[in-house]
Amino acid sequence: MSNAFNSPYFRQPASVRSVMLRVLVALLPGLAAYVWFFGAAILVQIALASLAALAGEAAILALRDKPVWLFVSDGSALVTAWLVALSFPSIAPWWMVVVATLIAIVVVKHLYGGLGQNPFNPAMAAFCIMIVAYPQLMSQWPAAGHQADFAAQWQLIFGGGPRVLDAVTMATALDTMRTALHTAGGTATVGAVFGSQPTFGAFGGKGWEWVALGYLLGGAWLIQQRIITWHIPVAFIAALGVTAGLFHFISPDRYAGALFHILSGGAMLGAFFIATDPVSGATTPKGKLIYAAGIAILAWIIRTFGAYPDGIAFATLLMNICAPLIDLHTQPPVFGHKNGGQP
Amino acid sequence: MGLYRDITWNGLWKQNSGLVQLLGMCPLLAMSNSIVNAAGLGLATVFVMALSNYAVALLRSFIPYEIRIPVFILIIAALVTVVDFAMNAWLHQLYLVLGIFIPLIVTNCIVLARVEAFAAKNAAVAAALDGAMMGLGLTLVLVVLGAIRELVGQGTLLTGIEMIIPTAKPWQIMSADYPGFLVAILPPGAFFVLGLLIAGRNWLEARAARRANGKLRQAAAAAG
Repeated sequence: MSNAFNSPYFRQPASVRSVMLRVLVALLPGLAAYVWFFGAAILVQIALASLAALAGEAAILALRDKPVWLFVSDGSALVTAWLVALSFPSIAPWWMVVVATLIAIVVVKHLYGGLGQNPFNPAMAAFCIMIVAYPQLMSQWPAAGHQADFAAQWQLIFGGGPRVLDAVTMATALDTMRTALHTAGGTATVGAVFGSQPTFGAFGGKGWEWVALGYLLGGAWLIQQRIITWHIPVAFIAALGVTAGLFHFISPDRYAGALFHILSGGAMLGAFFIATDPVSGATTPKGKLIYAAGIAILAWIIRTFGAYPDGIAFATLLMNICAPLIDLHTQPPVFGHKNGGQP
Repeated sequence: MGLYRDITWNGLWKQNSGLVQLLGMCPLLAMSNSIVNAAGLGLATVFVMALSNYAVALLRSFIPYEIRIPVFILIIAALVTVVDFAMNAWLHQLYLVLGIFIPLIVTNCIVLARVEAFAAKNAAVAAALDGAMMGLGLTLVLVVLGAIRELVGQGTLLTGIEMIIPTAKPWQIMSADYPGFLVAILPPGAFFVLGLLIAGRNWLEARAARRANGKLRQAAAAAG
């Protein structure tokens, strides 16, 4: 999330702590929309994830004989925790987000060498492990319009036992759309599905489109603060929009449109906060464009033809693997040279 | 007796095929999703390894050096066929579960590795012991891996024991509403748990080395 990873190293990047704090601040508009439309359950999950992340980080740092306070206080664990909590259903049982955060911090981050060494995005790797292990629990999302029903949400998070799934839960717009298009024997059309279910809003999921706009606002502020560059978000949204738009243009009944894909699920969170992770992503300017476009196109393919509710996490991991190769082949010209970077 | 002790120690710990040599990974990762599967495949491998090492050590002066590998493979394949038929006859349900992985013992590189590295150069009894101990080392890792994956994945131990002892029951460890952690049963779980086991073994070795060093230094200080 710094713009000074490649030569000519004009700027002194800000400290890890200030970068991480500003990322957390940038998540606040999306979080506010989340609370407004879906209730305070997400705050409970964020608190759980933060506690688990700090405890896990401190424990593994102590085990590794590293300075505990220096690294715990840099805030990077908190960013991972918030991203895990925001990508999970806010009414998931409490242990899910705790286990996922511990996997993210201990396994995906520290077993690979700690901050700056992990080849995979910790939050997304944890998300993938949990969605493979508990596909059902990961598909039960809060319904918009029940934000006042905090007692019911609390019961779902901490209740244990059989989960009473009534009006407070709902499949996401992406899930509903894909299931309807896949199961109706090819007779359902995008337009008909869109009008028939209460989970859809004006463009994407009801309420979720506003959360997505909140992330967009926070992400734009991050670009203005020079924490991230424009390359990854712009390439991500453009590639997702062009792919979805093209297929929607070819067959409007079979494929949802560009705005639906951009404003649904984790697309905006992915574009501004997940794909922009400088550790696991590409870092050269041209590489960032390829990397982000790759995530967006893979995510569209997984969303459209796959069996999982959203594809951002799997797509991110697949492109994480490619990031070193992309960086290798997109090195910018060495400062002062004109011949394409060959020194 | 020092030779036999060394062979045993090498097979079970020092050169453990699952944790140190990292040979025979395919069945190790594919069939370690429960203790019963792991032990079944592991013991079949022990049997094949001990007998093939014994047979090759007996025949080693008659096998032309240039074509030794095909000859070894033929001997191993003959023994694996025996195991395959025997399990089909007497442990039929387990045979159906293990499926292709029993014939695949032929291609398990730890079998050929021990035949080539040990049996072709040593006396028959030592070779048989080496095969048995290497196989047992692999089986131990398989069983530990299977136990962890089964326990974390579905909260039970010894699922499928009725395939071997019809009267026995699997052992429910976690409470009945344990949701299970499916990833542990799936192939990625095998890699994760194996990685942790290797790390654990390396940690034990490093600690032992540190202690030995500390003792040496103390002795040196006392002497100096």
